[in-house]
Amino acid sequence: MTKSSGIMNSIKPRITEIKLSLYLLCRNRLTRLSLGVVILLGLTALAAPFIVPHPEHIETEANPVDKLLPPSGKYYFGTDELGRDIFSRVIYGTRISLQTALIAVGLALLIGIPLGAIAGATGGMVDEVIMRITDIFLSFPPLLLAIAIAAFLGPSLENAMLAIGVSWWPWYTRLIRGQAVSIRERQFVKAARAIGTPPVRIIFGHIVPNCIAPVIVQASMDIGGVILTIASLSFLGLGAQPPTPEWGLMVSTSRNYFLNAWWYSIFPGLAIFVTVLVFNLLGDGLREILDPKTRKI
Amino acid sequence: MRSFIVKRVLLGILVLFGVILITFVLTRVIPSNPAAQWVGQRATAEQIEAAKIELGLDKPLYVQLERYLADLAKGDLGRSLRSHQPVSAELKAYLPATIELVLVSTIVAVIIGIPLGVASAKRKDHMVDHVSRFFSVGAVSLPTFWVGMFLQLIFYRWLGLLPLGGQLSMGIKLTREIPHITGFLMFDSLITGDFVVFRDALAHIILPGITVALYPIGLVARMTRSALLEILDEDYIRAARSYGLPERMVLWSYALKNSLGPTATVVALSIGYTLVNTFLVEAIFSWPGIGSYISSAVISLDYPAIMGVTIFSACAYVVLNLVADVIIALDPRVRV
Amino acid sequence: MGEYFKIKELRVGFKTFEGQKNVLDIDTMVLNKGETFGIVGESGAGKTVLALTILRLLSSPPSVIESGSILFNGEDLLQKPESEMRKIRGRHISMIFQDPMSTLNPVFTVGEQIIRVFRNNKRISRKEAEKEALGMIEMVKLPDAKNIMGKYPHELSGGQRQRIVIAIALSCGAEFLIADEPTRNLDVTIQAGILKLIAELQRELGVTVLFIANNLGLVSAICKRVAILNAGRIVETGSVREVLKDPRHPYTLTLLNAIPRNKGERVNRVNTIIKEERDRDLRGCRYYSRCMEKQEICRDSEPTSGLILGTHWVACHRAFEGGEPGGGQHTEG
Repeated sequence: MTKSSGIMNSIKPRITEIKLSLYLLCRNRLTRLSLGVVILLGLTALAAPFIVPHPEHIETEANPVDKLLPPSGKYYFGTDELGRDIFSRVIYGTRISLQTALIAVGLALLIGIPLGAIAGATGGMVDEVIMRITDIFLSFPPLLLAIAIAAFLGPSLENAMLAIGVSWWPWYTRLIRGQAVSIRERQFVKAARAIGTPPVRIIFGHIVPNCIAPVIVQASMDIGGVILTIASLSFLGLGAQPPTPEWGLMVSTSRNYFLNAWWYSIFPGLAIFVTVLVFNLLGDGLREILDPKTRKI
Repeated sequence: MRSFIVKRVLLGILVLFGVILITFVLTRVIPSNPAAQWVGQRATAEQIEAAKIELGLDKPLYVQLERYLADLAKGDLGRSLRSHQPVSAELKAYLPATIELVLVSTIVAVIIGIPLGVASAKRKDHMVDHVSRFFSVGAVSLPTFWVGMFLQLIFYRWLGLLPLGGQLSMGIKLTREIPHITGFLMFDSLITGDFVVFRDALAHIILPGITVALYPIGLVARMTRSALLEILDEDYIRAARSYGLPERMVLWSYALKNSLGPTATVVALSIGYTLVNTFLVEAIFSWPGIGSYISSAVISLDYPAIMGVTIFSACAYVVLNLVADVIIALDPRVRV
Repeated sequence: MGEYFKIKELRVGFKTFEGQKNVLDIDTMVLNKGETFGIVGESGAGKTVLALTILRLLSSPPSVIESGSILFNGEDLLQKPESEMRKIRGRHISMIFQDPMSTLNPVFTVGEQIIRVFRNNKRISRKEAEKEALGMIEMVKLPDAKNIMGKYPHELSGGQRQRIVIAIALSCGAEFLIADEPTRNLDVTIQAGILKLIAELQRELGVTVLFIANNLGLVSAICKRVAILNAGRIVETGSVREVLKDPRHPYTLTLLNAIPRNKGERVNRVNTIIKEERDRDLRGCRYYSRCMEKQEICRDSEPTSGLILGTHWVACHRAFEGGEPGGGQHTEG
């Protein structure tokens, strides 16, 4: 009886916080717009297989006769060198980009959060070692590690996701560790330790839930950057492989044709830009809300 | 201050060691067949075996690591599997072009980014602010490779104003003696007074330079704006105004000087990011730098080459981070 | 005789997310040239708002100047465009701020900061400005001026910094100084030195000083006239002697009792200051909720200023018990 009401008591203020944050988010016109577009993108990604005009063009080739046609009423974005409808492929690409980004970020969180939580909560030697390893990983220029790992794992979309996951986790580790260090001094943690709760439960049951919010926020802000990274890797040939309709890959393939078929590179590239842009704008808006100094309430 | 630098340098070395270790592990643990690569596609089994021994690949891992580190200390990065040339020599040949590109775009980024950030902070929430904030966020959201292609489309294909790629035009390369003193084309042609080559090199660096500069412009503008906004709220700015100091001085001298620390840090870090960004841009513009080098190395899994570039880039990045930390420590208030 | 400085019906409000609240509501305040005038009130009474409003340095959202005029040498400062205000700031009116650490630019040496203000004021060469800066540092009684010139703010002590702030304010060449709690963040022993300095400078240079403080003791040390500010309104004003001899407003009494004194000198009524809800827009006296002597009438109607004697005015219903309030016009003291 008391247990359930206790949970309600801890959820209720969180819900109002979320409501308040959403309200603040929607106040700025630009942020509101970005939120709307992000939701739209999400829906597009989910509905992609059903809404594209030429689903058969997504992976398999079509009429070579129709190759490299400019945009028209039939093919909104024109066709590529194999006669495929670029519009359909770009729409479907939304699904691929969002999917891979979420998985990559998820992987990074999966590695980064436990490491950071353990480092912050335990302190001492464990903390030092983990943080040094984190520093080493952070010393690679951002894209480079992903390139190196993807290169060695072999070019494929899955490997690209893996590569990104393995190169992005340090940021989250550092973030969580900082939070964990300050939380571990709090009363309820000390109380839990006093009654002999096993350390694993303390870390994952008490500490992590309390510091996970900023990390989740950071991760959502990172999605834009991750999409860009995936596109860049695919552009280099290290991510998606033909015939996958991934945006970066499309831009890369278009290199041979775009000087005479501008639509081939413009539209997929535009898709990348707009998607990353709205995620970044949303992230900016989020950050302004969270920072008490710029919060205008 | 000195002990701070020493400590950071030591940390940097430790980190570098970690980087080398990780890169090494990557190349040895992940399946690929470097020996087969070395001897080419039509090798026989014995030739592959022989290559293995020659490359030291038959020895246990830690021995290989030892050898690699020993070589590294001598500056030997191994030999490229494709060309059989020493990686360090190849790097040296390709490096100047990339450095030129990075340098030019960083300068552009600072020249454009800082005033943009200042204008944005000065007229916060006005049109100027919204537009430049949008531009800054936009700049870091653009896929650089796409921008490069876009610029080529416009300025080469449709307007015919600028060249497609490369560092120099074919015509120039074939008919003139290219000055080569430091390896930095624009610098060399300037100091030898060869203005024909200089103009040509300039024309060729414009498009790739702008493409690479976009991301740092965005970063620098954003950082300048946010640093300045915080500073403009400070008491000493209000005090300065109360003394009747002209607004121009308050903004560009009193306020900006306080923001240089974080801005310089961002510039240093953005150089690191730019370095990797050039990999993408060089591919598009056929720019003969280490980006092109690593692109082809990646495709053929030429792991000594990849390792060489990785280690070099990581090195550069660590140094830049160190520089950034030192800049922060230069602030008279920070006690290190 | 024209008035040097006069504030008329000044009302300043602040926009908060709960609506617009009035923070300053001054009917009249007059300063004469060359005098030292004190304003006393606790934190939040509106003193700094007043100072910043005079110089038009309040950030405009969220502050709003609702009405009124501030006449300086006959011209209304509130009507002036920003470009003209810039000419007045520093050259005619300058300000000594509260916290010397945050008022000094951390990345310039203190010498540099003085020099720049000098050169902004007069067209002199750098060498001459350096000499003047040295002179100014000596004028604020800091020894070893040459050494101090090259130091950064964080390398100086609190008292030294405050003297530098005074030096900079004086370097502007202004004839009207606003000193906003200049000793607030300093140790008591240092306070005395700063007060003495301000008094001496006022005598030597003949500047007009508006001295803002949160304690009556400081003000009575160097000011000739004083106004007591509570919740944005002036509740009592007069010469220091008049107010101290015969304090009429309950708030003034509270302030007097807050001055640490030796045993035996304490006035009998003790009245602790309780922070209560600030409801500044209700009818009635703003001091109502904390007043020890409140009555019905105090809740319902806002007291207006009435003359007690000479230049001593009080705004309180209880102040006139046993006597009629005097005429309704403020004179120039």
